[in-house]
Amino acid sequence: MKIVVCIKQVPDTNEIKIDPLKGTLMRDGVPSILNPDDANALEAALQLKEEYPGSTVSVVTMGPAQAKYALRECLAMGANDAYLLSSRAFGGADTCATSTTVAAGIKKIGDFDIIFAGRQAIDGDTAQVGPQVAQRLGLPIATYVQGIREIREKSVIIERMLEDGYEILDVQRPCVLTAVKELNKPRYMTVIGIEQAYQKEITVWDEVDLELDPADCGHNASPTKVFRSFTPPPKGAGEMLDGTVNEMAQSLVNKLFDTHVLQKGQ
Amino acid sequence: MPVVIELIGEAKRLAADIGCRVCAIICGHNIDQQANELIGYGVDEVFVADAPELKNYTTDAYTKVIFEAVQKYKPEIMLLGATHIGRDLGPSIAVKCNTGLTADCTKLDIDPTDKKLMQTRPAFGGNLMATIICEDHRPQMATVRPGIMQKAEYVKNAKGKKTELKVSFEEGELREKVLKIVKSVREAVSLTDANVVVSGGLGLGGPEGFELIKKLADRLGGVVGSSRAAVDAGWIAPSHQVGQTGTTVRPNLYIACGISGAIQHLAGMQDSKCIVAINKDESAAIFEVADYGIVGDLYKVIPAILNALDNVE
Repeated sequence: MKIVVCIKQVPDTNEIKIDPLKGTLMRDGVPSILNPDDANALEAALQLKEEYPGSTVSVVTMGPAQAKYALRECLAMGANDAYLLSSRAFGGADTCATSTTVAAGIKKIGDFDIIFAGRQAIDGDTAQVGPQVAQRLGLPIATYVQGIREIREKSVIIERMLEDGYEILDVQRPCVLTAVKELNKPRYMTVIGIEQAYQKEITVWDEVDLELDPADCGHNASPTKVFRSFTPPPKGAGEMLDGTVNEMAQSLVNKLFDTHVLQKGQ
Repeated sequence: MPVVIELIGEAKRLAADIGCRVCAIICGHNIDQQANELIGYGVDEVFVADAPELKNYTTDAYTKVIFEAVQKYKPEIMLLGATHIGRDLGPSIAVKCNTGLTADCTKLDIDPTDKKLMQTRPAFGGNLMATIICEDHRPQMATVRPGIMQKAEYVKNAKGKKTELKVSFEEGELREKVLKIVKSVREAVSLTDANVVVSGGLGLGGPEGFELIKKLADRLGGVVGSSRAAVDAGWIAPSHQVGQTGTTVRPNLYIACGISGAIQHLAGMQDSKCIVAINKDESAAIFEVADYGIVGDLYKVIPAILNALDNVE
């Protein structure tokens, strides 16, 4: 099987802090990581590779040169080869334009059975690029994949997570599957893997390599624009209760009833 | 269909601003009653796509039917719930229509001068809000976070038009097949729907701390949540995780016990109506979003709260 995994390098939103004086986002020194759901997507691909000897796993991302670090991490986990789609022309892309570029990259890699992606990236939280890539490639899709049950000759049987349970889907191959964290537990990089990752070349493609018109890429091809962005207004300062433990507890309970947060009889 | 009722409520508000009609499209099989219900909630026209292939949601079938309807009826704005299904369907339709889509909006407004939809959504785990516009492409599409918009009111004998959509599928066109739907039996009450959430974090010191958390949650008719750190420590199942990579909750009352308040946790609970924080460390970030804070040992504070609750009756 030939498997392609779409990944994204993202700022670790856990580490983002808000400037207490200005109320703005402090991005400096925030580490970049492999997007968590994408690690699950890669793990699923690597497990299939182990199960079906002769399979290969290619990882692809769109981003600046710095995104090579995330690709190397994927190589160190066990991916065979890595592709970076990088160009000024790709900058400022919304999900619609991103999916055009990523789909073109996957087409050029070619000859795939399954494409994995993470459900969503933690910087944008849109969950849109996966299904949009599928649509551009004309492939069926299953999002929120929490289990892979069986690979059949022409399809794959998966579990798709719902809010109140899950459904079992038969999806024809080739297809796009987006992974949630319940799918598996991503492996760690190995020492040998890291050594090998640094010996591998990462293929870099721009819009010329992908035969894309710059008008179909990046900011130019993005229907949505950011009109403005702002930090959410801080909540009014809360009230710190004081006194003994019992006094604080009693005071809290009284306040919750007084403000009707709790109702009598609850 | 609670999120649909919210979408209709919001759509009616937006439509009133610019003098548009509110329409809905419903896909399924034998769905006459649901179509009537939509009219009851104040929709001017319902488009009904009724076919056995539409009984369960699949991306291929629903995308095709709705895309064809969009081409024919050319809506100015199209809203979907930001549910698992809406977030699968929305992007697929948007690409086919070659238009933009804004995910998981929490606020919508219309610029009355040019009918531009101002779509506001959180990014970076709620640290940043962005207002997105889609000026040159139609429809302007957004998925809307459930539980935020005002619900439409149901009116008996409301009048509205019903229009049947012609639906036909070709051999091999539908490539996803639902074999089985399994409703979850693990936790009857979901975090998203709970009125009260009591969450525990690393401050519990071990998995047994969740017994105390559960006691308080049960007493308040709520459910148990947790921080990512407590899940990573293996103290509780991932299904309880509140936060950006877990579940976003918006209960009436959120009680955070022994949770320091990492950004990723705050992103998933800071819109709760009332937040109570209990933590030993008075400088913990969780106190910055709390309505009421108690600095103290949760193993003493929670029993005292349980005691105080008993005294109320």
